[in-house]
Amino acid sequence: MKYALLIYGNEKNWAEADDAARTQAYAEHGRFGALLAERGAMRGGEELAATDSATTVRAAGDGFVLTDGPYAETSEQLGGFYLVEAADLDEAIEYAKALPGDLVEVRPVVEYTEQ
Amino acid sequence: MTHPAEQAYRAHYGRLLALLAAEYRSLDTAEDALADAYAKAVAGWRDRGVPANPAAWLLTVARNAATDRLRRDATARRKLPLLVTGDQDAPFTDTGPIPDERLRLVFTCCHPALAPAARVALTLRYVTGLRTREIARMFLVGEATMAARLTRAKKKIAAAGVPYRVPAAADLPARLDTVLHVVYLVFTEGYRATEGTALTRDELSHEAVRLAAVVAELMPAERDVSALRALMLLQHARRDARVDDTGGLVRLSDQDRTAWHRDEIAHGLELLAHALRGTGESRYLLEAQIAAAHATAGKAEDTDWAHIAALYARLERRTGSPVVRLNRAVAVAEADGPAAGLALLTGLDEALAGHHLLPAARAELHARLGETDDARTAFTAAIALAGTDTERRWLTARRELLG
Repeated sequence: MKYALLIYGNEKNWAEADDAARTQAYAEHGRFGALLAERGAMRGGEELAATDSATTVRAAGDGFVLTDGPYAETSEQLGGFYLVEAADLDEAIEYAKALPGDLVEVRPVVEYTEQ
Repeated sequence: MTHPAEQAYRAHYGRLLALLAAEYRSLDTAEDALADAYAKAVAGWRDRGVPANPAAWLLTVARNAATDRLRRDATARRKLPLLVTGDQDAPFTDTGPIPDERLRLVFTCCHPALAPAARVALTLRYVTGLRTREIARMFLVGEATMAARLTRAKKKIAAAGVPYRVPAAADLPARLDTVLHVVYLVFTEGYRATEGTALTRDELSHEAVRLAAVVAELMPAERDVSALRALMLLQHARRDARVDDTGGLVRLSDQDRTAWHRDEIAHGLELLAHALRGTGESRYLLEAQIAAAHATAGKAEDTDWAHIAALYARLERRTGSPVVRLNRAVAVAEADGPAAGLALLTGLDEALAGHHLLPAARAELHARLGETDDARTAFTAAIALAGTDTERRWLTARRELLG
């Protein structure tokens, strides 16, 4: 099965992190990526820019309303994601635990099979 | 007399469901097929007699029913995600004994990715074979609510890929904890009902004891399983003495100890002795030792409170639980006097806000010290927080005794 590992965190911490902390965080992601590659589990992933650069587009009547900022204003925001291949939820949870970051939401990806 | 089909259903449900779920990789298919087979047994066995091997009969008929259903609903079923079993479907041969697949069913139903209430409902429904309406009645919710809870949980199992297997050895201790927690949740909900008019719901405690026996049969070497069974048996054995004729609560010290089920206490002590043979301690082991200390006191005055207080102190260090601290304070009050007990209750107000047992304990200890005003205030606070009528009546009566 394919799973999305959605990484949530407090953007303020990242914005205020010094160079050493950032270098360390990227090194941890590098190690995590290597672990996935070694297991043949890596299916993609990206770091997202901070939500102060986000634009929310909402359908309204026959037009659209644009808002500056993320869909939901919460202290924890989606900061990036990985797509992984895992045998089952237990393996996906194992990857989530190995991820640097305090809060990871594990979501199965809907897969379409030819019938 | 119970219909033989009902007997066979009760005796074999968990094993047959577990096996069918593995074969068809779907809890829904297994459940529906088994319901079909049961209906056929109700109709057929009365006329043609009970088959020599009722379990094998139910399995064969359930398989045929599953095949029919899958053919009929081919398009609908194709869209549903299948259970992740992690094994190739090894076809089961009808000549051998029916393999016991319940262990993986237990672990799947108690998976930590499911909400605790859903784990409890799934386990009672599939491992013990209780019907949805029975579980709904036990938890005082409507049948539709319970059915929706089960459906949502089953959907998550399939869609999220909750594995249908026994966890790897490295994960086993943590996962066994979630299983035992589910069993104990069922038990405690029965032992001290949190809602409703009755103080206890014995049928829930009884199901928990039965469920623990199944888990013990599947994992005989796990000492925590023995410890939890001992704990539950030792507490459950007191059920007839805990409630009086009017449904009122009877305190441990006032209970008629001849009404305790001696055979169950003996069984519990035996299981505890077995569990104590290993090394190290655990939460269930300590709690079972505390229950044993009460169960072996011939009279309330014979209770070894110093020993119980020491066990609670170890339990508190282990769990850090404010409820354990509360119980420890009560034991210390018995061993060293009410003032020592009261001292241990300080600092619990925030952690136990909304919990009637804290003001209730405080009230009793103040009363014993002759501090009537403090006792009255605390009883009033406890009455406002109590969740069942029985407990409210008891606390009100205690308050009136202050004069």
